Amino acid sequence: MGTDKIIVALAGQPNCGKSTVFNALTGARQHVANYPGVTVEKMTGWYRYGDVRVTVVDLPGTYSLTSYSPEERVTRDFILHQAPSVVVNTMDASNLKRCLYLTFQLMEMEIPVILNLNMMDVAQNRGMTIDTTALSRSLGVPVVPTAITRGKGKTDLQAAILEIAGQGLSSVPARVDYREMTPYISSVQERVTALTDLGDRYPVRWLAIKLMEGDEAVRELIREKTDQYAQLLLEVDKFRQQFKAAMDTVPDMHVATCRYRAAEGIARPCVTQSERARKTLSDRIDALVCHKLAGPVFMVGVLWTLYYLSIVQGYQITNYTWPLLAGFRNLVSDILPVSGFIDVPLTRAFFLWLVDSVNALLNYIPIFFILFACIAFLEDSGYMPRMAFIMDRLFSRYGLHGQSTLPMVLGGIYVGGCAVPGVMSCKGIPDERSRLATILIIPMLNCLAKVPLYVLLINIYFAPHKGWAMFFISTISMLMVLPVSKLLTLTVLKDKETAPFVMEMPPYHLPTVRGVLGRALERVWLFIRKITTIVVALAVVIFVLLQFPGIGPDRMAQYETRKHAAVRSFYEEITGTGYEADLADNRLMAMIHFWENFRNKKMRVKSPEAAQAIDTEFEADNARFFSLVKPGRDREAKQVNRALKTLIRERSQLLQEMRAERINNSFLGYAGKALVPLTQWAGFNWRVNVALLGAFAAKESAVATLGALYEQGDASESLESRMARGEQDFTPLHALALMMFMVLYPPCLATAIAVKLQSGSVKWMLFAMGYPMLLGLVVASLIFTGGSLLGLSGLQAMAAFYLLALAITIAAGFITPARSGAT
Amino acid sequence: MTLDQLTPGNSCTITGLSAANILGQRLLDMGIFPGLTLRVIRNAPLEDPMQVEIEGYSISLRHEEARFVEVEADGNR
Repeated sequence: MGTDKIIVALAGQPNCGKSTVFNALTGARQHVANYPGVTVEKMTGWYRYGDVRVTVVDLPGTYSLTSYSPEERVTRDFILHQAPSVVVNTMDASNLKRCLYLTFQLMEMEIPVILNLNMMDVAQNRGMTIDTTALSRSLGVPVVPTAITRGKGKTDLQAAILEIAGQGLSSVPARVDYREMTPYISSVQERVTALTDLGDRYPVRWLAIKLMEGDEAVRELIREKTDQYAQLLLEVDKFRQQFKAAMDTVPDMHVATCRYRAAEGIARPCVTQSERARKTLSDRIDALVCHKLAGPVFMVGVLWTLYYLSIVQGYQITNYTWPLLAGFRNLVSDILPVSGFIDVPLTRAFFLWLVDSVNALLNYIPIFFILFACIAFLEDSGYMPRMAFIMDRLFSRYGLHGQSTLPMVLGGIYVGGCAVPGVMSCKGIPDERSRLATILIIPMLNCLAKVPLYVLLINIYFAPHKGWAMFFISTISMLMVLPVSKLLTLTVLKDKETAPFVMEMPPYHLPTVRGVLGRALERVWLFIRKITTIVVALAVVIFVLLQFPGIGPDRMAQYETRKHAAVRSFYEEITGTGYEADLADNRLMAMIHFWENFRNKKMRVKSPEAAQAIDTEFEADNARFFSLVKPGRDREAKQVNRALKTLIRERSQLLQEMRAERINNSFLGYAGKALVPLTQWAGFNWRVNVALLGAFAAKESAVATLGALYEQGDASESLESRMARGEQDFTPLHALALMMFMVLYPPCLATAIAVKLQSGSVKWMLFAMGYPMLLGLVVASLIFTGGSLLGLSGLQAMAAFYLLALAITIAAGFITPARSGAT
Repeated sequence: MTLDQLTPGNSCTITGLSAANILGQRLLDMGIFPGLTLRVIRNAPLEDPMQVEIEGYSISLRHEEARFVEVEADGNR
């Protein structure tokens, strides 16, 4: 029959159970992607029915088919240009009238439509009886009732799809009567046919109706595809004017009203509603969940649970998954060429760096999985719109949206979120401007990785006022985020599309395990696929920046001399011990690796049995070496053991110094020094600059880099005291400026990638990385230079800055944005 | 009068929409049509937005948007 490849599009209004139908039809054979140029997700799946392979595209849920939102445009373009064999219009059976409003718009596009009345069980529970035969007859399209969550109707639907895809519709679909507009539509239709050849490719009546509605996307289509567009559009405008004058109503409102009347006319005779208690369960839940006092309390509870499960428990799970990643790293480490006494082969350094970068991100996966599952649960349950309802008033004052609540909680409203899931959860915000604003400010919240630096600095410089300093740092980010969001909304985001807040608060549903876990898995998988490519690329760049040009030959020669001196004095120490032959030439390096491996392994075990097992293993491997690691009572072995200890300590000292010098001499190091004239106002010296630049890869590394730079002297000394000693002239004011810079620090690599995914453009990713740096520098300079001029102490500056931020936040809330909501 | 002036518990009949373009279209798409009866269920904890019931389903909108819905109050029910 030539129908061995069928494409079916699934369309429907939000909350009608469309994704359940999609899941039921395609099972696990699904694939997520994005529509080009927009952040709307495109779900594709397939199934086999008999010997026919059917591809199903799950179009985004839309109430209508105008061209005002990306979802609507995507849906329309798909139907128009991809010409699916059938469109299955899934709808909530208990909401027939409003759903038919969309059905008519689909039918106008002149593609075969199958009406899938889903959630029949819900309708029945509400005392509704729907005469599907009558409905099918009056609409002129097949109607398939299903209750997919109860497992009913799937095969009927598949049979209907196959039939219609093969033979087309056997009846003539009903048309909306546009009453007084009908002659206008006919005239436009006639003009379109006369002036263009669009009729060969597109449904002409649909074009005519859309032109009368004043649909911008269709006007654009006409401009693109025809030469006579100027004349045609001019005539269309004239028709619209005439209609407006004659009817005293806006054409698009007339069109919508006619569709609604048609839907009503069809739905009324087909639905019988038995009288039942009007108050539904959803109403009763809403009475609590949206209550003036109980509502916010409930919301805090939900958010806390979500945060607890994903961020807190998720981190717990990483304790179990991290060893797997670490094991992978060890595996790679074993394959790579071993390092010499002071020279680490470049390939080794590079691949370990690469593995570390990827591991750092893969480590988030348990968190993501729990989080995505929780979000899917909230989405399916219908709670999301309630949360937006409660918070919108507050957030909309700052250019954000009620639905920014969840992303901000995940990002770390207090202390210890993570920006990556925060940004990833911005997807649901319908208003483009608010969504971008939310994406751009989330990295400024307090993610867990910023905390080590705060703790380090607070412990050194604000030790007597730890409590206050912690309170300051935990809450200041919120006072930064709100005014910045307002600022962005009034400037760079000014021209971004906004959407009305008007939204449905759908009845509550109990989500299904399959739906929730399925979606969580898909999103995690999408994330992994994206990060592997981008992270590898960025990691390579940062590696080069940190590694080159590196230590110069004359400095290297000095390290070589020190190495030889250390080795020579070692051999002098052990002459005449009987171990000389065992440690001659390259056997010494083997001994050192043996020693290190042993220490590493020993460090990770706790039980005495396991420790004993390691002893046995190493002794079996090389008994002579082992007797040096654990000399026991042998005097000679003890002597060599001591000498070895000294040698190994000297080696690690040399390696640390080289590491610090390599960073110092790297491009990043030069950048750190070059930036000093700029950052001196913020009180940052070059070491701090380098640490901050290095933190791009992951913020945790700020402390690690500082560690490397200050790593001199006794390794057992804590970084706190080393830093305090190394930076005598570093004051609490410096520390405060540094902390504020960290608050405003640009997104880490993983977040940057999330920003790119969610904003759909590299441009916004770069902006998200650039502007916080500038802002951070300004704020840090204000604190440091301003504080110094006024002679403020660290604590005074902290209080002054807090009050200033609070005042600005309150003031920003009162600036009325230039909203273009209407007309 | 307009919908934003209604307080919770009150019902009204929609008489017209004064918004065009995206907001007007959105209101129509959500089923806010002249002639239908609408009931204000509650205001959000911070007073804005408001939750209304129309034809058996629930919609939330900001007062600023409700300003464009012209209504005739039915009084308390």
